[in-house]
Amino acid sequence: MLVRLSAAIAAICLLTGAAYAQGAAKPTDPQIAHIAYTAGQLDIEAAKQALKISKNKEVKAFASDMVRDHTAVNKQALALVKKLKVTPEDNDTSRSLTKQADAKRAELNKLKGRAFDKAYVDNEVAYHKTVDSALESTLIPSANNAELKSLLQTGLKIFQGHEQHAEHVASELK
Amino acid sequence: MTPRRICLAAVALFGLISVSAQAATIQVTIDNLVFVPAEVTAKVGDTVEWVNKDILAHTATAMNGDWNVVIAPKQTARLVVKKPGNVDYFCKYHPNMKGRVVVTP
Ligand SMILES: [Cu+2]
Repeated sequence: MLVRLSAAIAAICLLTGAAYAQGAAKPTDPQIAHIAYTAGQLDIEAAKQALKISKNKEVKAFASDMVRDHTAVNKQALALVKKLKVTPEDNDTSRSLTKQADAKRAELNKLKGRAFDKAYVDNEVAYHKTVDSALESTLIPSANNAELKSLLQTGLKIFQGHEQHAEHVASELK
Repeated sequence: MTPRRICLAAVALFGLISVSAQAATIQVTIDNLVFVPAEVTAKVGDTVEWVNKDILAHTATAMNGDWNVVIAPKQTARLVVKKPGNVDYFCKYHPNMKGRVVVTP
């Protein structure tokens, strides 16, 4: 049920993305920068929770990988917005991602052991898929600045890699 | 140059040539989550060198389990290949990154 629910939320996020792509309300570069940064930060927070709760070696290693990669990318993102003199701007997509992640963390906080590991890793697969789609369908096509676009393209490759990594960890947990 | 010097120089030169004929270093660059070139050929005893230009850590992990090389951000890591055969490898952290080392005897 919970998996279904998060899939539904992911679908809504995708629809939001599609609406953006069609309408005039395309996200601006300051908004895109905010969404990309937020997406990374939320995955770091999820990983920190896993590092606290999980006792599974592989799950913990995966979580450490997420902290390391997203910290490195967000550091680069901050350096870029500073260089471009862009101030990241909060927006509905960032807010909805944050709200969804907060709810997920609260839900996972009640779990332990295998149940936690499975729920965390499954959500990592779903979350990375959602972000991949948002990057592909909305954020990358909407970005105006070439350097921002190129950072997002690298971000997409990283997120796709993490998605495959998460899928591998999920298959090991079965 | 004295004859003795010339002789020393010749020995040094020969030494260099014979060393390079024995073992080569084959370079693979990692740029934006891609192994370039995707396939390299090496002889047993050669060194494969991965130069990581990314801000991320990557690995070169043999699918057959023979080796696992971690390449830190902006660093270079090396491996001496010991067995002939085709080894497909990937990055453990980003499994969408793939490459191959063809090792000839
Ligand atoms: Cu990698």
